Amino acid sequence: MQLELNEQQKMIQKMVREFAEKEIAPVASELDKKAKYPTEILKKMAKLGLLGAIIPQEYGGAGLDTISYTIIIEEISKKCASTGVITSVHNSLVSWPIMKYGNEEQKKKYLPILARGEKIGAFAGTEPNAGSDLGAMQTTAELKGDKYIINGNKTFITSGSKAGVLIVFAVTDKSLGSKGISAFIVENTMKGFKVGDTFEKMGINANHVTELIFEDMEVPKENLLGKEGEGFKIALSALDGGRIGIAAQAVGIAQAALEESIEYSKQRQQFGRPIAKFQAIQWMLADMATRIEAARQLVYKAAYAKDHKQGRYSKEAAMAKLFASETAMDAVIKAVQIHGGYGYTKEYTVERLFRDAKITEIYEGTSEVQRLVIANSLLK
Amino acid sequence: MKIIVCAKQVVDASEMKIDPNTKKPILAGLERKVNDIDKNAVEEAIKIKEKHGGSITVITVGESDARERLKELLAMGADEAILIPADGDYNVITELLAAAIKKIGEYDIILCGEASTDMFSGQVGPRLAGLLGIPQITYAHTLTVEKDKVIGERNLGDKSVTIESTMPVVVTVTKEINEPRLPSLMQILGSANKPIHEWSGESLGVTPKSMVETISLEGVSMKRKNIVFEDASDENIEKLVDNLLKEGVVG
Repeated sequence: MQLELNEQQKMIQKMVREFAEKEIAPVASELDKKAKYPTEILKKMAKLGLLGAIIPQEYGGAGLDTISYTIIIEEISKKCASTGVITSVHNSLVSWPIMKYGNEEQKKKYLPILARGEKIGAFAGTEPNAGSDLGAMQTTAELKGDKYIINGNKTFITSGSKAGVLIVFAVTDKSLGSKGISAFIVENTMKGFKVGDTFEKMGINANHVTELIFEDMEVPKENLLGKEGEGFKIALSALDGGRIGIAAQAVGIAQAALEESIEYSKQRQQFGRPIAKFQAIQWMLADMATRIEAARQLVYKAAYAKDHKQGRYSKEAAMAKLFASETAMDAVIKAVQIHGGYGYTKEYTVERLFRDAKITEIYEGTSEVQRLVIANSLLK
Repeated sequence: MKIIVCAKQVVDASEMKIDPNTKKPILAGLERKVNDIDKNAVEEAIKIKEKHGGSITVITVGESDARERLKELLAMGADEAILIPADGDYNVITELLAAAIKKIGEYDIILCGEASTDMFSGQVGPRLAGLLGIPQITYAHTLTVEKDKVIGERNLGDKSVTIESTMPVVVTVTKEINEPRLPSLMQILGSANKPIHEWSGESLGVTPKSMVETISLEGVSMKRKNIVFEDASDENIEKLVDNLLKEGVVG
């Protein structure tokens, strides 16, 4: 059993850390304040191969193991959680399902452009009345000739207005319940594809989260991903991987909160000495660091399970996501507390981290859904 | 174009702390890294290779764990690396580098950083040129390589001097010359297959000795006067300006 990153993983961590420090950190606050999508950053990430991190080399990616991938998401999220989730969705929820369920033609057509970052990926599952209960979706897909005609609305779609390639879920046979859901590879240029409103959110403001409207959207028959009726299975298995990405994002946010707090508490003088000298602050830092390390290890364990375990790794992914996201929330609350009044102002990074952390307990399965997944695996 | 880059492993000075009692730098447990300016030298080598073709060999004299840092330079774009495990001053380093370069035999340009961020002696480049008996351009902040000559602009602080030289030549570069690139994921993966050779001083036929004896290494303590002006009244501002003038800070 090896509990240390290997040489290659350390090199990747160093490279991404330097990149995030140099290219993301200086603009992250502005992107948040102006709710500006990180297009330029994504272009630079694509040049370094980060958008094709998990895509096999034969399709233009780097073909990395999942632990290396979580290292990338953590380091990016440490400086900008929005860029972190965009990258996670692009890799875990779009590239991965095509890698796993796509046929050779689909892989050749879509994976290289996703790896090169020519198109950003989005995952369109959630609907106004189908969030945690994804099986309740109402969007329909009807085969007419050589095209599926898709009608319906999706909501809370990361990169919704920017994505060029989307995995869209729709009901092809209502009588079969969740087994009547199918997955499609959709391009934003297809007839009938429309972007709805962009949400104004509490955090991850640089990530444009939108509604999508499909009005008689025409999707070529060959863009069915997997078989008809496999959509629900594809969504759940993609979300297992997605949750590892979000867990890594949460660790990144938490680590940033810790580092900001250490720095601040060493500088901030009260009662004639740095506040880091006070036990009240020290205990908070110690608790943050301990939980973060435990969360990171759970993320690595889930990532390892994804690469090595036979079958699903839902429990490991759910545990990592549950613990890491709640750790992120705990860490940012402590970080703002350590910063006092300054931490409540937009002058300090922890204010943004505080707003960004909350969503990690909600998207790609709320903490309640994660507990459900874990309990189900314990009680089956 | 055969390019050789000399790169040193140094402690990460940004992480270094000074023991408040002994005033000695605390070096134990400090991360080591490639000397920043040597990365500029590697970047310049890659640019020359991109334009003229050829190969890049990186040589390092240092601890045997330098291997993992050399991989970074291979990932950036160097083709092979030579590690000479040894410890010593710039005399030791330069003698070993010169012996290794002589063993390599053919080369056109040798690039070094202007100095290392640990000792900042700036001796290695010029000494190397002396030992090899070839011309040198130091403190280059621009470099143009043509088919049979190199032209470098030397940054001498208050003035810049342009020098043209035949090849082979030693060029030491400053930080301003370029922005070192980050390796892509594919380059990192590819670096695993690039060779790192290990040569010893004995195998090169040299056993140089340090000529510099370090008597003491201490942090410089900065005493502040801590003069506080309670408010920004005109009177206080005048006093502040007077004080600054007296101290020679402004004027």
